[in-house]
Amino acid sequence: MRFASDFSVLFGRAIKGSLRNPVWLFIGMFQPVLYLLLFAPLLKGLSGVPGFPAGGAYAVFTPGLLVMLALFTTAFAGFGLVEHIRSGLVERLLVTPASRLSILLALLARDVSVLIAQSVIALGMAALLGLEASLAGLLVTLVLMVVTGLLMASCSYALAMLLKREDAMASVLNTVATPLMLLSGITLPLTLAPKIIQAIASVNPLAYEVTAARSLFLGNFADSSLAVSFALLGGLAVLAFWWAIRSLRKAAA
Amino acid sequence: MTPCIPGSGEIISVRGLRKSFKARRGGAGGAAGAGAAAAGAAGTATRAGRVEAVRGIDLGVREGEIFGFLGPNGAGKSTTLRILSTLVAADAGEIRIAGFDVRKRPGEVRRKIGYVSQAGGADPHATGREDLLLQARLHGLDRSAARRRAEELIQALVLSEFVDRFVKTYSGGQKRKLDIAIGMVNCPKILFLDEPTTGLDPVSRAQLWTQIRQLRDLGTTVFLTTHYMEEADVLCDRIAIIDHGHVVMEGSPADLKGGIQGDILSFTVNHVPNAPEAALEALRGLEFIREAKAEGGSLRLVVSRGGEALPVVLRLLESSGVGVADISLSRPSLDDVFLRATGHSLKDGTAPVSGIGKE
Repeated sequence: MRFASDFSVLFGRAIKGSLRNPVWLFIGMFQPVLYLLLFAPLLKGLSGVPGFPAGGAYAVFTPGLLVMLALFTTAFAGFGLVEHIRSGLVERLLVTPASRLSILLALLARDVSVLIAQSVIALGMAALLGLEASLAGLLVTLVLMVVTGLLMASCSYALAMLLKREDAMASVLNTVATPLMLLSGITLPLTLAPKIIQAIASVNPLAYEVTAARSLFLGNFADSSLAVSFALLGGLAVLAFWWAIRSLRKAAA
Repeated sequence: MTPCIPGSGEIISVRGLRKSFKARRGGAGGAAGAGAAAAGAAGTATRAGRVEAVRGIDLGVREGEIFGFLGPNGAGKSTTLRILSTLVAADAGEIRIAGFDVRKRPGEVRRKIGYVSQAGGADPHATGREDLLLQARLHGLDRSAARRRAEELIQALVLSEFVDRFVKTYSGGQKRKLDIAIGMVNCPKILFLDEPTTGLDPVSRAQLWTQIRQLRDLGTTVFLTTHYMEEADVLCDRIAIIDHGHVVMEGSPADLKGGIQGDILSFTVNHVPNAPEAALEALRGLEFIREAKAEGGSLRLVVSRGGEALPVVLRLLESSGVGVADISLSRPSLDDVFLRATGHSLKDGTAPVSGIGKE
């Protein structure tokens, strides 16, 4: 089938490009790993504080770490696209018979694969440090992360086609991603936060995701945050994907 | 290389093509080939925040010719090329490429054409061979057919010396050769080249011209844009001269130049106020002067029988006290054609030969 062949050829190109620059995969992991090594131990003293979730420091922090990975590494996917707009590769692919859909999906599949690989490495490190978690919960968490990754990478590609410049993209991404992270309870649980911050965070899909992931790690599949985060992130991912494919169709970047 | 089947007749026909972009505030420094920003950079007349890049173009390109689109930066060349190659939708106009309507059948058009943008399009993190294979697979060849086609192109375009290195290590000339090979993978009926020799050294440029002629001789129609007069003159079978989104002339370089009967006599006058006007006044009424024009400190005359005209002109200027330098007598060039059609020189406001101009 035409689509499958185009997709696999394009995916092969993208993944090969990433493997040739593995330094980027590690740079993307640098910040989360620092948090794991230098920040998570600080949480050990907090267990028992009122409002601190059950499960020990690593079971509380690692879910946040995974969401951080999903947020930041895929948000920067568009930088690669800017480079390829400049090198002419994007235009060149658009003039071949390959469909726009296969071009975009191949990039997203690459980003999701990289994200999963990074998450597995991060989980391995956390396990070495003493994380104990439900395996089924971990797998569902990974699915949640894939949805987040699709959302962020799609937004990043649409932005890349809109702005076409790395510096402009970096400022937009930082402006959006930093408050999203701070208001998600990635580092410290929002249950510790003042009411006003909790209220603002209640419209942040990532806050539900972090809560859902923490329950999943403990093997609890019944928390309402799980359904809410799947619905919110899934809906947003569909919108973002539509934005990206539309940009690609009319970009002719 | 597999020769494409030659034929005859119009392979590209364009009627009433128009395109305008939203003008961008300060966006002109964007990526190479960024349509709106680029068109806005050089600017054509605007109405309420829009830049009209192409303002009603008609064109006919015959099968098997090298057709050149000559004009200064910002004239609308790249925009037109991108519309013809299905990248940008036109606002108005009818375009048929190899028998297919670009608007209704973009997929068919993409199968029939090769497109090489100014930036090229090779993946800097891949090898040249990988780039050829990728292109072949996307054009529907299976693995082994793709390998054969890549090898054919490597032989035909002499890429073997560097094709297995990463593209980011290539010289400008090597990169250009690969870009063209990528554009030829599907054996296109029409190859679109956007400013193919911009930034190349003279040797690479000459080699590229030879290769483009070879492609034409094998039956490929080549449609290229250029802002180099020499390139249009020496390489192209026919050209269209474009300025401010309009085609101002179309024909073979020889016919266009032949439209100017006579020789071009040009000279610089000394830096005295009104010297050019004084010179024009002194020469008024000479029957062999067909056209005269002062531009800055220089004068440009179209004269019949240049050899006889030169001494007469010099004598007259001397007796009227106008000092003269840098005299030249030449056959009409495409720049003279351009000047006559548009009222300004193609050289005005464009980058020199080594320029980085983009449209």
